[in-house]
Amino acid sequence: MAMLQVAEPTAAVGPVVPRLFRVRGRRRETRDTITVDLQAVAPADESGFTPGQFNMLYIFGTGEVPISISGDPGRVDFLAHTVRAVGAVTQSLAAMKRGALVGVRGPFGTSWPVEAAEGSDVVIVGGGIGLAPLRPVLYRLLARREKFGRIVLLYGARTPGDLLYVRELERWRSRMDLDVEVTVDAAAGSWRGNVGVVTTLIPRAPFDPASSVALVCGPEVMMRFTVRELQARGVRDDRMFLSMERNMKCGVGQCGHCQYGPFFICRDGPVFPYGQIAPFFRVREI
Amino acid sequence: MQPGAHAVIDLAGFGQVLDLLRASGYRLIGPVRRDGAIVYDEISSAADLPAGWTEEQGPGTYRLQRRNDGALFGYATAPDSWKRALHPPVLRLWQGRRVNGDLQVADEPDDAGPRAFIGVRACDLHAIAIQDRVFLAGQYADPAYKARSENVFIVAVNCGQAGGTCFCLSMGTGPKATMGFDLALTEIVDGGHRFLVEVGTARGAEILDGVPHRPADGADGEAAAQVVAKAAAQMGRSLDTRDIKDLLYRNLEHPRWQEVAARCLTCGNCTMVCPTCFCTTVEDATDLAGDHAERWRRWGSCFSLEFSYVHGGSIRASAASRYRQWLTHKLATWIDQFGTSGCVGCGRCITWCPVGIDITEEVRAIRETSAAMAGAGKEEHRADA
Repeated sequence: MAMLQVAEPTAAVGPVVPRLFRVRGRRRETRDTITVDLQAVAPADESGFTPGQFNMLYIFGTGEVPISISGDPGRVDFLAHTVRAVGAVTQSLAAMKRGALVGVRGPFGTSWPVEAAEGSDVVIVGGGIGLAPLRPVLYRLLARREKFGRIVLLYGARTPGDLLYVRELERWRSRMDLDVEVTVDAAAGSWRGNVGVVTTLIPRAPFDPASSVALVCGPEVMMRFTVRELQARGVRDDRMFLSMERNMKCGVGQCGHCQYGPFFICRDGPVFPYGQIAPFFRVREI
Repeated sequence: MQPGAHAVIDLAGFGQVLDLLRASGYRLIGPVRRDGAIVYDEISSAADLPAGWTEEQGPGTYRLQRRNDGALFGYATAPDSWKRALHPPVLRLWQGRRVNGDLQVADEPDDAGPRAFIGVRACDLHAIAIQDRVFLAGQYADPAYKARSENVFIVAVNCGQAGGTCFCLSMGTGPKATMGFDLALTEIVDGGHRFLVEVGTARGAEILDGVPHRPADGADGEAAAQVVAKAAAQMGRSLDTRDIKDLLYRNLEHPRWQEVAARCLTCGNCTMVCPTCFCTTVEDATDLAGDHAERWRRWGSCFSLEFSYVHGGSIRASAASRYRQWLTHKLATWIDQFGTSGCVGCGRCITWCPVGIDITEEVRAIRETSAAMAGAGKEEHRADA
């Protein structure tokens, strides 16, 4: 068997074999969530991505998981992934030290409709770790701020301790050209912000429903109620975009695990216009 | 000989076809009798074929039986399909080694080599064409499937009898082979054991030209047509495919899913024997020292709980949802995904279901009560509350 040296470009071998990346930096976000920045070992393996896409991250001998890319799409020198340590692979990932090797396949999947949103208000609704795949689109929108109308970020988490990107949220909140509202399901007395689920922020959020594009990611139950609230405000089904989640093994529509009705979430998603998935959205166990 | 041409070979001539294929460098894969069933395995000559054997098939039933003639292809469908040869049940995707803190990864060489599939039925030709779409037609062709599907010589056999669970006629996939073969045989036992051979490709013609054959006359054509007509008349099952995609999409909350779930063992047998089911799972493993890692791909099944597992639990926790996933994928969502049905009517899922669940019966039950459901209101868009 011919061994490929790490220094050689491995992009040619296709989507089956992981490319090698190293952990360049890591930041703790919450009690159980960290963000790792991954840098390609071989410069030829550097890949850009578009906001909303994900990678399959492989830990030597432990396994592989789909993780959204959560960093700035303007940076190609590293890829940020925000990982919640809930299983064997994500726990290993969260424990990785600088310099550790991680296998990367991707980027896979569809993206948030940044170009299509030009000239419109943009409402971003995130729940919990669902903010991670939305952060790249926020970077992209802010980098071309003049192209868009109002930009509103509505973010909910269970407790103040579960909020991601806290310092960035503060920075964004201080901008005059961005409306940021944060809420938590429950908090101690020291919390001075909103309490309640994220959908409670929608009725009074400052955007024009007729000309808005909504980008939504979070637990399915949160997205179901978010869609309902956005519909109540008058946002059209084909102007709402949701990032869906299912089990994934291959990332290229061949293992079958991520099927969602007629769709492969890895290939046809993860970002879907709501109108496309509406017939399946309220069917249980689909 | 040209593609589309017909000729007749006798039993010895058929043996010579196999010998010539071997001499041309093909490994022969064909039907053999083993473990009380007909399975596909490597063969060396026509003598390895299950001459004089047939089978009885029904829901949850499969029994080999003697025939009163020496037909080589006198059975209907094997529990095996050609999926095993093109999309192996277990496959190492790559292996990697840790060397001085670095990781060296290599993908797997694929060297199935030239192979000849002997005795591929019309339904299975369609199944192969369907898996070709799954693995080759998308943005990323699966390298393992691609390597295995290239350089396969196909000797098809038109069916002379249908099994008790067959319904290829309903699915438009048989019993006569119409595409995807190099040579297609019709075995004629009465009036002198012989084969009417249809040439499908230039390389098929080359093989046929290399063995003694005579031109087909009207009587040969007539006898072969009767063989196929007999199979068509014997179909054990039928499936009404009119509007089937919309029928199933309309009935995602039909009570029949609960009813079938009370019988379904969620064993996944149907997905293993199905010639088009392509789902896989992967396993990552290391040696004890942790220096060597491998990734293996195995056939997966949408009937397992782990198939749909995400953090917090399985999306399809109930048996009803898993059976619905399988059947609606096969007959409805597959059409949206790949532009073709995922079912070829081979009946294997009926035969090899340990409790005899019959896909044709399940669709019939939904169809018969679908109108009543539609009249009862939009149940399928049940609110989440």
